[in-house]
Amino acid sequence: MKNKLIELVDLTKNFDDQQVLRGINLDIYENEFLTLLGPSGCGKTTTLRIIAGFEEPSSGQVLFNGIEISKLPPYKREVNTVFQKYALFPHLNVAENIAFGLNLKKMDKSVIAQKVERMLKMVGLSGFENRDVTLLSGGQQQRVAIARALVNEPKVLLLDEPLGALDAKIRKAMQVELKKIQREVGITFIYVTHDQEEALSMSDTVVVMNNGEIQQIGTPTDIYNEPENRFVASFIGESNIIEGTMIKDFLVEFDGNRFECVDKGFPENEPIEVVLRPEDLDIVSPEEAKITGTVRNITFKGVHYEILIETENRTYTVHTTDYAEVGRKVGLKLGPEDIHVMWKMGTY
Amino acid sequence: MKQYKHLLKPYIIWAAVLIVIPLILIALYAFTEEGNEVLTLSFTFDNFRKFAEATYVNVILKSFRLGLVTTVICLAAGYPLAFIISRSPERVQGLLILLVTIPEWINMLLRTYAWMNLLSDNGIINQLLGLLGIDPVTMMYTDFSVILGLVCNFMPFMVIPIYTSLSKMDHSLIEAAYDLGANRFQTFWKVIWKLSMPGVVNGIMMVFLLSISTFVIPKLLGGGQYMLIGNLIESQFISVGDWNFGAAISLILAVIILIFMHFMKKMDSQDD
Ligand SMILES: Nc1ncnc2c1ncn2[C@@H]1O[C@H](COP(=O)(O)OP(=O)(O)O)[C@@H](O)[C@H]1O
Ligand SMILES: [Mg+2]
Repeated sequence: MKNKLIELVDLTKNFDDQQVLRGINLDIYENEFLTLLGPSGCGKTTTLRIIAGFEEPSSGQVLFNGIEISKLPPYKREVNTVFQKYALFPHLNVAENIAFGLNLKKMDKSVIAQKVERMLKMVGLSGFENRDVTLLSGGQQQRVAIARALVNEPKVLLLDEPLGALDAKIRKAMQVELKKIQREVGITFIYVTHDQEEALSMSDTVVVMNNGEIQQIGTPTDIYNEPENRFVASFIGESNIIEGTMIKDFLVEFDGNRFECVDKGFPENEPIEVVLRPEDLDIVSPEEAKITGTVRNITFKGVHYEILIETENRTYTVHTTDYAEVGRKVGLKLGPEDIHVMWKMGTY
Repeated sequence: MKQYKHLLKPYIIWAAVLIVIPLILIALYAFTEEGNEVLTLSFTFDNFRKFAEATYVNVILKSFRLGLVTTVICLAAGYPLAFIISRSPERVQGLLILLVTIPEWINMLLRTYAWMNLLSDNGIINQLLGLLGIDPVTMMYTDFSVILGLVCNFMPFMVIPIYTSLSKMDHSLIEAAYDLGANRFQTFWKVIWKLSMPGVVNGIMMVFLLSISTFVIPKLLGGGQYMLIGNLIESQFISVGDWNFGAAISLILAVIILIFMHFMKKMDSQDD
């Protein structure tokens, strides 16, 4: 097992009378790409700022290598930040911006020049040393900001929606590049985003937050395939969420039918919620399935069709490459592994 | 845009009448002899030669020394003040700026008379000192009273531009400096001070220009024999009646000011 680097213990934060963080417990490991994911206002930035040292928690602890640091000022922490709007110093050129931290350490000029050059090469900006940072494009400024932080060789890099201001195409390219850089420097990245696709494609660990609380911690696959509650299921990808009852281990009932499933460990007859991912549902002839309904709408989405099927109890969303004309009677087939049972919100 | 252009015309005429024509007249006076009629101008450099005399050069040196001292004091006191205002809660900021500028709403003469009341030999300050058993101190008609008057009058012109550049500074730049390992002191010198340079330069220019060209404050707080350039020009026009010499001094002052502004602007753009 990797070494634990940062531990957040029962962290809370109040602004005036508003509680913004409600008891955050999180372990962050060495060399991990961890993403805080959640809707705007859920407390991601506040969590990051507490780790960086710009905010003090109202209660709880921040441990770094086992040592409590929540009172330590930012300039004494082995952590660097890439700010959302880059925050490059407008009075300094590219090289001077990157050398800012090294100059403070009174490092040798030739060593600094070497390190700056190496950083510029890594972020793909060789030869930009003397450029005016205010004249660079958004993507270039972003790279300078990353270089300026990484040149200090921090143990952890904090990134607050670093790609938020870039357009879609550059975003995609930067996602790949950031992941590459993280592997190359081999340090922990704590990444904040509200974009679930970004979180799933880049991270080792995703922390889903809502309303100042952690909803689920897991690998991208876990989070997607086994959401722990309705919030996670609906925030990550599209899903059909249905209230039902867990009859006993491996048997769940919803909409008047019983289905075999792979979930266990719930009390008998526990009210639960079931997630059915649209791409897991198969359209078959009505005789072959327990759930039957009528095709109400079909939309071509590029790779697949999105089909809305109206049944007695609800309308299901299905993603499939097969065509089905509107008005046709169809059945919906579910295998045991397509059914994900979750605790109802508020009962876990 | 184009159809609005003719709206500018009245202003151009206005500016021409009130600024350009007087300037031409000043130049004309400065380079001509006394008693000229418009038709029989006789040009001369005598007015400028006269200025080279020691007494007048001393007046200019004294003015600059005083302007410099005033500017330095205004900067030393005004920067921290502007800094504190820019760091206070948003609601308080407006109020504090109002407090800084309120004195400017009161007529300068009135304010200066108030200072005279405070500083004179049997003025309020000396009376208070007397109550404490301290001998009266002469404050009126000294460099002290003049500088005090200048500093108090021109302080807002230093505070406001510095405050403006500090308050529009992106706070994340300061956080970035902390984040990269700069302590409070280093963050101030390497980021905040550097980024507030435009405000500092503007403040220095305003205070310096205002204080070397003023004549009311030195006259009232410095007494009749306290001569600065402003007083010299005033006396040439009002009491001596040598308009040609007065115009020449004005021109010299204007040129010096232009050179000074040029250097300050250069300093500003270098720092950017
Ligand atoms: N300095 C502050 N003062 C008061 N409220 C704040 C402050 N910073 C953040 N908040 C509030 O805290 C909540 C969480 O903010 P934030 O951590 O920025 O969320 P996120 O980054 O997830 O969008 C928001 O409701 C926001 O308005
Ligand atoms: Mg945020």
